[in-house]
Amino acid sequence: MCLKMPPAVLYYTINTLPKLGNMKVVIMGCGRVGGRLAGLLDADGHAVTILDTDASSFRRLPPEFKGTALVGNGLDEESLKKAGIEEADAFMALTQGDNRNLMASQIAKHIFNVPRVICRIYDPLRQELYQTLGLETFSPTTIFAQMLKEKLES
Amino acid sequence: MYIIVVGGSRVGYYLSRALLAEGHEVLVIEKNAAICETISDELGSVCIRGDGCEAAILAEAGTERADMLIAVTGEDEDNLIACQVAKHKFNVPRTIARIGDPKNETIFKKLGIDVTISSTNIIMENIETEVPTHPLTHLLTIRDKGLEIVELKILPDSTAIGKTVKDLPLPPGTILSLIISEEGKPVIPKGNTALQAGDQIIAVTTPEEEAALREALRSA
Repeated sequence: MCLKMPPAVLYYTINTLPKLGNMKVVIMGCGRVGGRLAGLLDADGHAVTILDTDASSFRRLPPEFKGTALVGNGLDEESLKKAGIEEADAFMALTQGDNRNLMASQIAKHIFNVPRVICRIYDPLRQELYQTLGLETFSPTTIFAQMLKEKLES
Repeated sequence: MYIIVVGGSRVGYYLSRALLAEGHEVLVIEKNAAICETISDELGSVCIRGDGCEAAILAEAGTERADMLIAVTGEDEDNLIACQVAKHKFNVPRTIARIGDPKNETIFKKLGIDVTISSTNIIMENIETEVPTHPLTHLLTIRDKGLEIVELKILPDSTAIGKTVKDLPLPPGTILSLIISEEGKPVIPKGNTALQAGDQIIAVTTPEEEAALREALRSA
C-alpha cells in the first residue's frame, strides 16, 4: 500500500512515524559527548533528561532536541529526583571528573536502583577497580589507545 | 599505626601533626606541589605528591600495610573514592571520610564508608550551643543506634511550664533523662515531675523526632 503513495508523501510518512526508542534516560554532564549522546537518543524517540551544573553547556544540544535540560548537580539526590531518576531505565555519568562520575553512578545504582548505569572514567586503574566492584564503566583512555594502535598496525 | 591522610590542606596538616605527635607513622598524599613542600618543610618528609584517589599513588604509598586511611580533601566525591579504593583495592581495615555536605552522610554510609565526619554539622552544633535562645542543642550522636542526646532549655514563655512529664506530648522514641533546675540541681525526671522556667533538659531522641520534641517544649 505504501508503495502506491507518491514519493514525497512516502518520505514524509516514514519521517514522522514514531521512532522505536522507549527508554527513560538520565544523562549527567552536557559536554561534547553528553550533548551529542542526548541528541542521538532523543532522535531515536527515547525520553532524555540531561543534567549539568552550568546552563551554558546546553548550547551543545542540537536545536531539535525535545528532551529536558535541567540545571543541577548529579551528586545531589534532590536534583536527581527532579530529573526523574526514580523512573529512569538508564543513567549515564559523563562529566569531566572521574570521582564525580563514580559517586553519581553509585548513587543511581545503589540508592535509586536504576537498572542500567554506565560510568565514564578516564583513569584506567580506577576504571578496572570499579568494574570489578560491579559498576558498568568504560575508559575512553584505554579504548582510544587501543583503537589508535590497531589503526596504525592495520 | 600506619595512617594515610589524603589531602594536605588545613585539616590534613593539623591532623597529621597531631597524629605524628601521638607517635603514629603518617603519610600525607597531596596534589598541590606547594602545599606538599610546606608540609615536608614543617613536619619532615611525610608527604608525597599525587592524587590520593589513584591506585598507582596509593600503591606507592604502601597502602597495603596501612591500618587506616583518612580522606580530608575539600571535595566530598574525592574523599569517597579515596576511601573506596583504599578499602576495596588495598583492604585497608578502617576508612574515614570528611564530608562538607551533611546530606552526603547517609549516602556515604550506604556506599560502605566506615566513618564520616561532617565538618558543616560540627560547626553548626558548636554555634548552636553559643546561641543562648536556641531551643535545642546537639550534645552527642550515637551513630550506629541512630540516637542523639540533646539539650533543651525551657524559656519563660514555654507552654510546657507547670506541666508534668507524663502530660507532655512527647514522641514515642524520646526520653527526658535529666532536668537541671535554674539553681543547678539535677533531677532524674519521673512522670509527675513538673517543668519550670529555666529548666535545662537533657533528652535522648532520634533525628526524626527532634522536631516533635521541640514542639512539645516550645515557647508560646
